[in-house]
Order: sequence, then C-alpha cells, then structure tokens
Amino acid sequence: MQFDAIVIGGSHGSFDVLMNLFASLPRSDMPPIFVVIHIPRDSTQDFVTHFNTRCGCRMVEIEDKQVPEGDRVYLAPGGYHALLERDRRLSLSSDEPVNHAQPSIDVLFESAAVAYGNRLLAVLLTGASSDGAAGMARIDALGGTTIVQDPTTARSPVMPKAALALIRPDHLVAPDVLADTIRDLVSGAQPRGMMHGDG
Amino acid sequence: MIDPDVLKIETDLVVTALHQRYGLDFRQYSRASLERRLQGLVEKLALDHVTDLIPRLLHEPGFVDRMVNGIAVNVTEPFRDPECFAAIREHVFPVLRTYPYFKIWHAGCASGEEVYSMAIMLREAGLLDRAQIYATDINTDALARARDGIYTSEAIARGEKNYLAAGGTGQLADYVLQQYGSARFANSLRDNMVFSQHNVVSDEVFGEMVLVLCRNVLIYFERDLQNRVVDLFHRSLAHRGFVALGAKESMTHLASGSDFECLDRHARLYRAV
Repeated sequence: MQFDAIVIGGSHGSFDVLMNLFASLPRSDMPPIFVVIHIPRDSTQDFVTHFNTRCGCRMVEIEDKQVPEGDRVYLAPGGYHALLERDRRLSLSSDEPVNHAQPSIDVLFESAAVAYGNRLLAVLLTGASSDGAAGMARIDALGGTTIVQDPTTARSPVMPKAALALIRPDHLVAPDVLADTIRDLVSGAQPRGMMHGDG
Repeated sequence: MIDPDVLKIETDLVVTALHQRYGLDFRQYSRASLERRLQGLVEKLALDHVTDLIPRLLHEPGFVDRMVNGIAVNVTEPFRDPECFAAIREHVFPVLRTYPYFKIWHAGCASGEEVYSMAIMLREAGLLDRAQIYATDINTDALARARDGIYTSEAIARGEKNYLAAGGTGQLADYVLQQYGSARFANSLRDNMVFSQHNVVSDEVFGEMVLVLCRNVLIYFERDLQNRVVDLFHRSLAHRGFVALGAKESMTHLASGSDFECLDRHARLYRAV
C-alpha cells in the first residue's frame, strides 16, 4: 500500500460526491479514511447511518483517542474538531471554530500532515468556504499526495479554488473518476485520473 | 512553514519551562491541540517562533497567566448538549431532593454558561437554596467572565433551544437582564456560587461533591492523565456521587472508570459504585 491514511474534506455539494465515492471504493486493502464535512452538531450519527446503509461502507464516528484501522471510514463529529496525533491516534477538541467551521478541514489536515508525512493522500472537494486550503498546503509541503476536485465540476468552486491558489495539486479530478484515482494511487498503479499539468 | 520535528522540540521546551518554573504540567496534554494553540498564541502575539515564548515566560512578570489564558481556552454555551442536563434532571435530582444541603462542582467551567444553566435547572426544581456550586477553571480570564455572567444577547438567544430541549419550563430570557446588547444572568442565581482557580492536573480534591461536571476537558488529555483526573473526581465525590462528562468523552477505556457505572451512555452520565 502506498499510503497509510487518506483524508477527505468537503462542504457544500460534497455529500453526493462522497455517496458515490464510498459506494465505489474497494472494501479491503484500504488505509483508514478520515473525513471532515461541515455537518451540524448532533447530526453525526445520522450521517454515519446514512452512508453505511446507502454505500455499504464501514463508517464510524471519530472518538477521542481512537486507534484507526484500515478499511474503515472515520467521520469527524459535528461541533468538534478532529485531529491526528503523531502516534496516529485520533483526538477531539472543542476549540473555537476555524474558518467558521467546527469541525474544520484545516485542523484535521494540518495535524494529519504531521502524523503521516509522505504516507498521506488528501482529497479536497466542492465547498463554499476556503477551509481546507491551508491544510492542503501543509500536506503538500510535508510530502503528501494531493487531489483537488476540478472546480469546473464543483457545485461550489470556492473551496477547490482556494486550494489551487496555494498549491499545484498532484491530481485535479472530476467526481466520476475520483474513486478510480484513489484506488489506483493506493494500489500503486498508474492513476487514470488526469495529472495536473498534463493538459 | 515550520518543520514538524522542530515544532515538537519547541513545544517540549515550552512545556518544560511551564512545568519547571511554574509547576504547570502540560506534559500529558494531547499534543496536536496543544501545538495548534501554541502556534495560535505565537501568531496573536506577533512572535516568530514558539520558543520566543520562553524568554517572556521566564523573565516577564505576569506573562505566564496570559499564556495559560491563551492556551487553555474552552468554549461553551447555555445548556450545551441538552441531553446531559435532561439526564441530570432525571437521574441526579431525585437524589438531591434527599439532601438538606449538597455541593456541585463544575471542573473546567470555562466562561460559565453551563454553571448558570445548572443554577436555573436547580431553581426550577426548587433545589437551588440547598445548593453550593463550585465553578473552577485554570484560565483566570474565563473564570472572570464566568463570575460576571455577562454574555451576548445572541448567545442567550441561541441557548433558548437548548434550554427547552433540556426540559426548561419557562424561557432562558426570564433569567437574564438585557442591557445594551448584552445579557447578564440574574444575581439571585449566583448567591450560592463560588468561583475559584483550580487545575485538575495538579491541584487536590474538592470534598464531598454530589455531582461533578467536567465537560470537554478530558479530550485535551492523554489517557494516563484522563485516568488520574477521573480518579480525582472519584475521591472528590460523596458516597454514590455522580459525574457528567462531555458528549464525546467516556470512561469506557479508563481503568479509573471501573469505580463508576454508566447511567446514560448518550448523555455521558456516570455514578460512583
């Protein structure tokens, strides 16, 4: 496996993208996937149940000091920030919102960048804020691999555009090839998703 | 951008300075959040490096308080996680009624919204006159705000929904005096409140509590420290006393949790066995 973890951030419009993604990703030989979407407090279990029943994925809500396992998806709870520690356990914090968001994508991504270095694959999807851009820059700087949703395919292009203003992502992809791109990258195959700069 | 290895060393040095010079022990705080907060403080103070905090910490009188107040910040709201308050009303209040006098401790009360929430709930149950409420925090700024009991009108308005969900019978607004866009909780709520600085990491027990609320504090600690703090609560409780934790905190993985039974898994309400 090329990666020890995958982080995914998204906001407005990302729910449908994630539904398709989790329905299509392999069920085995996958590293843990950590997800931040901007969900309200007290709604976390509803999202978990929805994804699990509709996509057949193994999603759980992130718990404090949890040790992540492969083939599972971890969703950051609404009303808290989720962070990865250097020993790759999860923590929660109730610090004030970052980029008006709690959970914030930047908080997860910046801590994951430190915990996983070049063993991290990061995905930033559609969204109406710039949350996640700084996190992607940190992941890029520490050797992680970055995927940004092509803003022309995004219901709300603000979030991917904010990331593109800071970094040149390794892959710029449309939602319909996202699952294949991730699978190929994880297995070490040449990804089918368009390489940024290829044209 | 800061090299993570350098940041780790810098954080270790600041933690060492705080511990050796002031006895403030952040060694078992969860590192990811602590590093984030230290970096935030460095930005706020327009410093270049986390280690720039050290000379000020060692040589500038009073800076340690500013620093602790800058890194030990917690945010809350009235009746945060209403199911917690509803569970306390259901499971704890019947026990409180059997006492002529009882003590409640909000450990890590932050800016105090939940302390006033508790007082309101006790008032509505006719129990406030029998209560002594201790509200403590390590952060003196937050403690001062808690003591003042002044919040924005918006915060109170947002709290109304929580208040009703927690089983409130009136309006949250009934308990505040509106003045110039801010709202101050009624003096009659605070007659039996005591605010003081206390550090759950290093300070001693508060005796004979019937209920300890410590919400969204343990998540900032490593497991060993979580264990020690829950043990501190156990030693601070009266016989068969109660502990309420934050919505994402649990005793499940703690050795000291074996001293407790879980009364409501969702509300994170525990009782000493």
